[in-house]
Amino acid sequence: MAAAAPASSAPARGPLGLLRRPWPDRRAELLLGAVACTILAFVLGMVVFVFANAWPSFRENGLGFFGAPPAGATVDQQLSEILQAPADPARWTYELNAWPLLWGTLLTTAGAIVIGTVFATFAALFLVEFAPARVRAVLAPVVTLLAGVPSVVYGLIGILAVAPQVAKLISDERKQSVAGIISLTGESWTVGVLILTMMIVPVMVAIIAESLRQVPNAWKEGAMACGVNRFRVAWTISVRTARPAIVAAAVLATARALGEAIMLAMVTGSVAFAPQPIDGPTFFFEPTRPLAATIVAYSEGLSVKPFAQTIYAFAALLLLSAMALSLIGWAAKQPMRKYGIRA
Amino acid sequence: MSTEQQHETLVPPPPPVRRIVIDDPPTIVPAPRGGATAAGGTAPTASFQRTERADAAGVERMRTHALSIAYGGKPAVKAVDLPVRQGEVLALIGPSGCGKTTLLRSLNRLTELTATASREGRITLDGGDVDELEVTELRRRVSMVFQQPNPFPMSIFDNVAYALREQGSKRPRKAELMEPVEDALRRAGLWDEVGTTLDHPALRLSGGQQQRLCIARALAARPEVLLMDEPCSALDPKSTARIEELILQLRDEVAVVIVTHNLQQAYRIADHVAFMWLGELEEYGPVEQIFGAAHSQRTLDYVSGAFG
Amino acid sequence: MIENRRSWALRDRLGFYACWAAGLALCAIAAAVAIYMLVKGVSELRPAMLFERPSDGVDQRGQGGLLDPIAGSLLVTTIGIAIALPLGVGVALWLVEYARPFWLARLVESGVEVIAGTPSIVLAVFGLILFSESFLSVLSFKPEGADTAFGRSFLIAGAMMSLIALPLIVGATREGLNAIPGHVREASYALGKTKAATIRRVLLPTVRPNIAAGTALGMGRIIGDTAIIVILLGATARLQPLEDVFGPAGPLRGTGSTLTSFVYNNSPAGEGGAFEKAYAAAFVLLLIVVVLNLVVARIAGGAARQGGR
Repeated sequence: MAAAAPASSAPARGPLGLLRRPWPDRRAELLLGAVACTILAFVLGMVVFVFANAWPSFRENGLGFFGAPPAGATVDQQLSEILQAPADPARWTYELNAWPLLWGTLLTTAGAIVIGTVFATFAALFLVEFAPARVRAVLAPVVTLLAGVPSVVYGLIGILAVAPQVAKLISDERKQSVAGIISLTGESWTVGVLILTMMIVPVMVAIIAESLRQVPNAWKEGAMACGVNRFRVAWTISVRTARPAIVAAAVLATARALGEAIMLAMVTGSVAFAPQPIDGPTFFFEPTRPLAATIVAYSEGLSVKPFAQTIYAFAALLLLSAMALSLIGWAAKQPMRKYGIRA
Repeated sequence: MSTEQQHETLVPPPPPVRRIVIDDPPTIVPAPRGGATAAGGTAPTASFQRTERADAAGVERMRTHALSIAYGGKPAVKAVDLPVRQGEVLALIGPSGCGKTTLLRSLNRLTELTATASREGRITLDGGDVDELEVTELRRRVSMVFQQPNPFPMSIFDNVAYALREQGSKRPRKAELMEPVEDALRRAGLWDEVGTTLDHPALRLSGGQQQRLCIARALAARPEVLLMDEPCSALDPKSTARIEELILQLRDEVAVVIVTHNLQQAYRIADHVAFMWLGELEEYGPVEQIFGAAHSQRTLDYVSGAFG
Repeated sequence: MIENRRSWALRDRLGFYACWAAGLALCAIAAAVAIYMLVKGVSELRPAMLFERPSDGVDQRGQGGLLDPIAGSLLVTTIGIAIALPLGVGVALWLVEYARPFWLARLVESGVEVIAGTPSIVLAVFGLILFSESFLSVLSFKPEGADTAFGRSFLIAGAMMSLIALPLIVGATREGLNAIPGHVREASYALGKTKAATIRRVLLPTVRPNIAAGTALGMGRIIGDTAIIVILLGATARLQPLEDVFGPAGPLRGTGSTLTSFVYNNSPAGEGGAFEKAYAAAFVLLLIVVVLNLVVARIAGGAARQGGR
């Protein structure tokens, strides 16, 4: 479409005039398209780059990457070895068995998601269906505010307020029983789960509550007219209709939990140890260090090439799981559509 | 002011407005006294004739005693006394805002869902005050069909079985529920159409089918009274005719109270009619009285279309 | 309650009490966090600290203020938003108004989602290597940080922070654009305006509240993010002196701290032992976040009122 007469009174000549003259659509479309493609190129570049740099570590370790370190060695020791890379690339070592890190990640993430989803569903149900008006008016902005608290603040509270309280629960005998391997300071994966739950619940409550609010009143009224009590109506109608949102919230929370580096680095004890359920109650006090937190702990070593590639292996795992979660979230919403529940 | 008149066998005057002509004339045959349900209705005559009822009154199921309802101080229903009898259809008619829907909803205590509603007077179900019943129990005995069909986002089977499943802690198995579900769907006239596709989502049914599904859902728990709030106003004439047929078949098993602003519908299916005006019961009587020889001038004006 | 709960089945009663327990627990947690931070923050924060620079050296105990971390946070946020805003609005405009060819639009959408889902630690690590290897000649003038902090600077941190804010701005802008009814655009075309002019003069002014809300959300996330700062800015407390702003020795190419990294470094997890400073900085951080949330709420309320056209 030809350019129309200039709409503004400013002179339309010279370099700035190029901006002021009405633009032909083609130019605008190309410019904006270029911007969009830059973003796409960046993302593709990032994915390719991360996986390409992660490959050496996977190649050298094979499936042993996901296994436990041999007896007597710890992941931290292995990482120090990699860090001391001599100048000759032929003598670099990549040996790593990252199972303690993976197990720590699994424990903290799974624990937080399970507790958080249940907690958030009931809290959202309370917020939408059962809360008296005054409580609701207070709770809604509170949830929004909680969702915005930075993770480092949660980490601070965890390490300076919660962990010492947990430490009081650890008797001296317990500390003796594991002395030499790890030290029980109260910083543990359980504290990580608690704080992580606190972090993800507000966002989950917001998402689930939004979906609960949109359940048509006609359904709820119809269910009550069938002679079903209020809680049962809320559970079988509202929560059922909000199932896609609950799944979406859980997926979002999982992505957040997996990527949480700083807070977990602060509160889980920062030791690459795999907590052992066979230790009995001591299990709950054992420290660990999830994957993302390990990256933070060793961020200084990124200038050493083989070490950087090992770190990239961790980053590749995180990236892969983030993308897989997106896909899972999308797939989980599909089956509900046929019953008329729109996500 | 409820009055009951001895009525002579009148040939009723023709309905006050023109009849709508449709392709398939509705085969509406009032169920003969004695309880035999007409199997689908086989008398195809287009012209409509009301058969007289030999006995005027059936068993009284519910009654309101000086019932008044107000929303946030503003009265919606004022001192209404109304009986609801088994074996007959009671139609509540009146212009918009006259309180007929509020009255209907109070019968199963649905008005309590609104925080600002307040109620005075008594409602009795089989002689007992409804306030003394558990409200969930009441709603199973007095069920409701709404103006807009509102099937739940579940399968057809789950919709009908809902009231039966969600009471008490024991969850009946699907095999136990099959029989009452089939029975309810048959009584609602929907079994032939969905009997083989009970797992399909209820929301895929057409509007008329959805409303019949809601009726089946309401019938599943074997209620004593069926409340209907303008059930046909969102439907096309053909579906309307089917549902009216349904109501006439049902009226011997349940007492039916129907709110309608469609006067022809009230004339077609009702046995007793209550005309409400600004929250008060203006007149109550058999349908021939209200439409033929109303006592109140306002009633006469309304049924003859002087105002709406 | 109008219903008599004693008649309910046990599982319904338990469920009902669980709802109340969850709701009250949520309130309790929020109250505990707020009160704890308030008490600790007020006790540790002297107003003068907002204007004092941190003391030299790693050990922050006893003296020094928060000026550099606050300035650092502002700097990183400014750079991040300056990059994310035009990019985000541009992408959103393209996705809503043009989006040809279709497969490309879906790819771009997925790309933005991937960025949104990527943990910030991954972005940080990627940024570090991207800028220190500097294989893109255009960027070669950026990376040199102060002496050995290779691949770290405020510019780099700001650049990676922009990725955090980008999906939020794109999302908010898209929402605003989608909410504009089609007849508004048609009316503009009928008057003879080109699509570009329509965007500039009709659509963009309308979605300004949405863009503002997205930007405020993005700012909130940038200010709160620690992983990128810790990796890309290290543990120096103070910023470079202000003389040579764009040059190699200036603050933009240098390292420093933000409120988040200051809290981290002074907590037991970092090197410093000055827990009081950590509390004070955390308190200031919380205040900023709360204010930002209020701003977002105001803007979102304004957009909702406006959006009913």
